[in-house]
Amino acid sequence: MAEYHLKTPLTDADIEKLRSGDVVHLSGTIYTGRDAAHKRLSDSLDKGEPLPFDLKGALIYYVGPSPAPPGRPIGAAGPTTSYRMDTFAPRLHSLGLKGTIGKGMRSPEVKESLRKYKAAYFGATGGAGALLSLRIKTAKVIAYEDLGPEAIRELTVEDFPLLVINDCHGGELYAKPDLETALAD
Amino acid sequence: MRTIDARTIVDKVAAMCIEANRELPSDVMAIFKDRQAGETSAAAKETYRQLIENAGISKDTGLPLCQDCGLAVFFVEVGEDLKVQGMGLTQAINQGMIQGYQDGFLRKSSCDPFSRKNTGDNSPSIIHYDLVPGDKLKIVMMAKGGGAENMSRVMMFAPAAGWKGIKEYIVKRVAESGSNPCPPIIVGVGIGGNFELAAINSKKALLRELDDTHPDPAVAKLEAELLIAINKLGIGPMGLGGNSTCLGVKIKTAPCHIASLPLAVNIQCHSSRHKEVEL
Repeated sequence: MAEYHLKTPLTDADIEKLRSGDVVHLSGTIYTGRDAAHKRLSDSLDKGEPLPFDLKGALIYYVGPSPAPPGRPIGAAGPTTSYRMDTFAPRLHSLGLKGTIGKGMRSPEVKESLRKYKAAYFGATGGAGALLSLRIKTAKVIAYEDLGPEAIRELTVEDFPLLVINDCHGGELYAKPDLETALAD
Repeated sequence: MRTIDARTIVDKVAAMCIEANRELPSDVMAIFKDRQAGETSAAAKETYRQLIENAGISKDTGLPLCQDCGLAVFFVEVGEDLKVQGMGLTQAINQGMIQGYQDGFLRKSSCDPFSRKNTGDNSPSIIHYDLVPGDKLKIVMMAKGGGAENMSRVMMFAPAAGWKGIKEYIVKRVAESGSNPCPPIIVGVGIGGNFELAAINSKKALLRELDDTHPDPAVAKLEAELLIAINKLGIGPMGLGGNSTCLGVKIKTAPCHIASLPLAVNIQCHSSRHKEVEL
């Protein structure tokens, strides 16, 4: 398993070299978005309206941070469970989104779209919200402020610790549960 | 009859909401260290390393352990000889919760089920009361995140399903949940009662100390059997593989209808954030 330092925006070449299990230290600009923000992005696309940020080479971090305490750019900011955004991800990948960051399993449709549009699914450690917060240097709400924790934020991250869960070659990092062994008497 | 000032309750509840979100319970920290030592995969060890470091950062900086500060769930035991003065008990608990989530910079995660509009202050609290003899007030606060809660289920079995059916259902539920609920998880199980009691018992079971043993040896044996089976799934911390998918299985039983065998499985994330006070 390899280790990479990557900078945003990500290119096809960045994505093609990644294999599931690789460690990535990500620096640059990423965008937050979870359930309600994805619904709005999708509605905007349906209406032919422009999106609040450029999807080309971009990464979306599935997170709803806690409020920033005084002196900090952001509160705790660990990943939320990704499957809830599965219905939206393939369309965003088709428009240039190069990666998503979350935790938990993705649908076959999302995995297929990673292959088709050369993108990757990254995992961050769920429940490590304080630790991950320290790797975020700036945070600014750029859309849907009324959604509170679900608003879209532009984050600047430095060496944000990620694992490649699903790569663009069909690789999968998550262990397949061994039901047969577990239920054998 | 003892009286207690509602302000005392408001202040205590505010403080416990903040503490529950910032301080990893000591039994959880102990089991993280133990399981980290027992894991063979590098990814599993690294996950525990990050979780242990996260707890330290949270304590030092005041940032919550997790951005999902949960819906605020309370289990309250009210002594029959206790009177709350100044405002109602439910109002006092909810006011304390709102104050704690505001002052502690905790995320407000409560919203309307249809419009999805955030209520803005994490209210309402979800409060379960038990009336007990005496004049004490015991409040347990649980910060219950959405990721693990979404993986929970209630199942109404026919009695013929028995332990075999229950065990198979729970192991399959954990297998299907995979990496979603932030493993290593804790599994709360309510067996018996009825539809809602099984669910409440499965959540109450999560409040036990991780290293305790069920007082009924027969139930303790079932908990141990389930824990072994779940850990054979190999899901591991954050789904990255390993022998510690589950940190503990806690069962709470109740008598049920002759026609029923209710089962509730409440999945809890690794950090099991909760706090208890007695007033």
